[in-house]
Amino acid sequence: MRRKGLDRFFAFEGLFVMGVALLVLFALVGQLAADGAGRLSWQFLTSFPSRFPAQAGILTAWIGTLLVMLLTALTAIPLGIGAAIYLEEYAAKSWLTEVIEINIANLAGVPSIVYGLMALGLLVYELHLGQSFLTAGLTLGMLILPMVIIATREAIRSVPPAVREAAYALGATKWQTVRDHVLPYSMGGILTGIILALSRAVGETAPLITVGALSFIAFLPHPPWQETFPFVSFEWLFDPFTVMPIQMFNWVSRPQEEFHVNAAAAGLILLAMSLAMNAVAIVIRARFRKRIHW
Amino acid sequence: MDTMEAHITDIPVEKKTVVGSLSPRLVPRFKEKAIELLLQLAAFTSVAITLGIVGVLAYESFHFFQQVSVVDFLTDRQWTPLFADAHYGILPLVSGTLVTTTVALLVAIPMGSLIAIYLSEYASRPVREFVKPVLELLSAVPTVVYGYFALLFVTPALQKIWPDLPGFNMLSAGLVIGFMIVPYVSSVSEDAMRAVPVYLREGAFALGATRMQTALRVVFPSALSGITAAYVLGVSRAIGETMVVAIAAGMQPTLTLNPLEPAATMTAYIVQVSLGDLPHGSVGYQTIFATGLMLLLITLLFNIAGHALKKRYRQVY
Repeated sequence: MRRKGLDRFFAFEGLFVMGVALLVLFALVGQLAADGAGRLSWQFLTSFPSRFPAQAGILTAWIGTLLVMLLTALTAIPLGIGAAIYLEEYAAKSWLTEVIEINIANLAGVPSIVYGLMALGLLVYELHLGQSFLTAGLTLGMLILPMVIIATREAIRSVPPAVREAAYALGATKWQTVRDHVLPYSMGGILTGIILALSRAVGETAPLITVGALSFIAFLPHPPWQETFPFVSFEWLFDPFTVMPIQMFNWVSRPQEEFHVNAAAAGLILLAMSLAMNAVAIVIRARFRKRIHW
Repeated sequence: MDTMEAHITDIPVEKKTVVGSLSPRLVPRFKEKAIELLLQLAAFTSVAITLGIVGVLAYESFHFFQQVSVVDFLTDRQWTPLFADAHYGILPLVSGTLVTTTVALLVAIPMGSLIAIYLSEYASRPVREFVKPVLELLSAVPTVVYGYFALLFVTPALQKIWPDLPGFNMLSAGLVIGFMIVPYVSSVSEDAMRAVPVYLREGAFALGATRMQTALRVVFPSALSGITAAYVLGVSRAIGETMVVAIAAGMQPTLTLNPLEPAATMTAYIVQVSLGDLPHGSVGYQTIFATGLMLLLITLLFNIAGHALKKRYRQVY
């Protein structure tokens, strides 16, 4: 009987610890909502940062986040999917392939701030891209590249070889097989991986501080369009940038409590963004798992 | 890639010349080769990124170590690179990192392991399917939000227990990092434990073992390679974590092992310097690269140890 009691106690302990972890998550969201929910307003979303906490807003920060995410996605998605397809479908087993694989595994474990230092030395000072949207997007793109590659490889690997053999038997080339069969079947896993990687990039702060994000930008970047030919403008790529986490960090590090309220409000929006992206990823994963039966 | 094919077939002039004279089978073959090359190039960018990281850190650190001796860097007990009386001893930053990481692991490893055991050995399928993604949300919260939580929730709460706890301290930063990495530890450990074949458990049950005995003496040891990998992943996350320590631990480099004191970590120092306006090429500017190199070497060491442990304890069932 004592053994049974001990067993039950152990099970209870597991439940208890799980409860504690969930409670922390709950406390975090609760605290942020209690501090910041009152500050959320249209004015907060559409105002520039200001010395006066009550007038300050996050307009430049959320526009900056959108633009940086766009560039991050444009960097990481084609490179990540391309690399994964190469490693899974094309690469022969050789020492070179092995080097690439070990390299990707190690890159995934490199602290994000180290990416920031690399971007500072290479992109800002060697390639003269400046402390700009372009630098920020490339930095985060490189940061999440290993995550995208690893997720895409797993998704591609889950497509059974029979699908490929059937395509080859009908005379399809390798690329046709990949494009028309392997990729569509693994799209669920790939999308999930990309969204999770982007949701991590949304919250990344440290590497952007090192490449020189400004926390006080009282103007918008150049618009991506213009009146005259060719109507598209890339001037914004070289504008100074800020993003939501940087704005929040700036407010949190100030001594005045009024700014902490702004930080909480910005944190709520940031949290909502990354939790929403995670929720979408979970839904996609669940849907695709249900739909495909090999 | 379709456009390329279209171009080749649509332009009659080209058809008559080089491309046209090739057999129709060769054009797709050329296209296939081009695609393979492009994909290969994408795979090689990851190597280029690594070379970029190592190159930049080595290059800037080389300049740094031309002015500061490596011995001073590793043994001096003071880190005051921006003062008139400059000292370049990395030890205070390393001790700060060590303390916050230790606190974080004291939270994450027992909690993560217990959760993993519970989910893999006790919980029913629906509970597991629900709890796992919810727990993973813990690691989805942006780190700057965790910093806010550590500074404005955890520290005031701890101050009710220790009234003289300073507003910036390593304890609350470490605790919060710990909660943040619980899902890394629990998810990976749980996967490892679920990979242990059922007949090992059935064998234990048949001998009269309870669930707990089975979990602790049979399943846990069998999954040790995967669990160690999970721990190592947690360690390197904790070492590299930046925003929580930059916000909640204070930015004073102090050589101390007391978590109740404020201190700076390697990552927090890099943030602090990046926020200022150090001229490119100055010794102060180079310190962040030397610090970054140290950080990279330490995390790399743990990653390699993780791979080695995983290989060494790999169980063949």
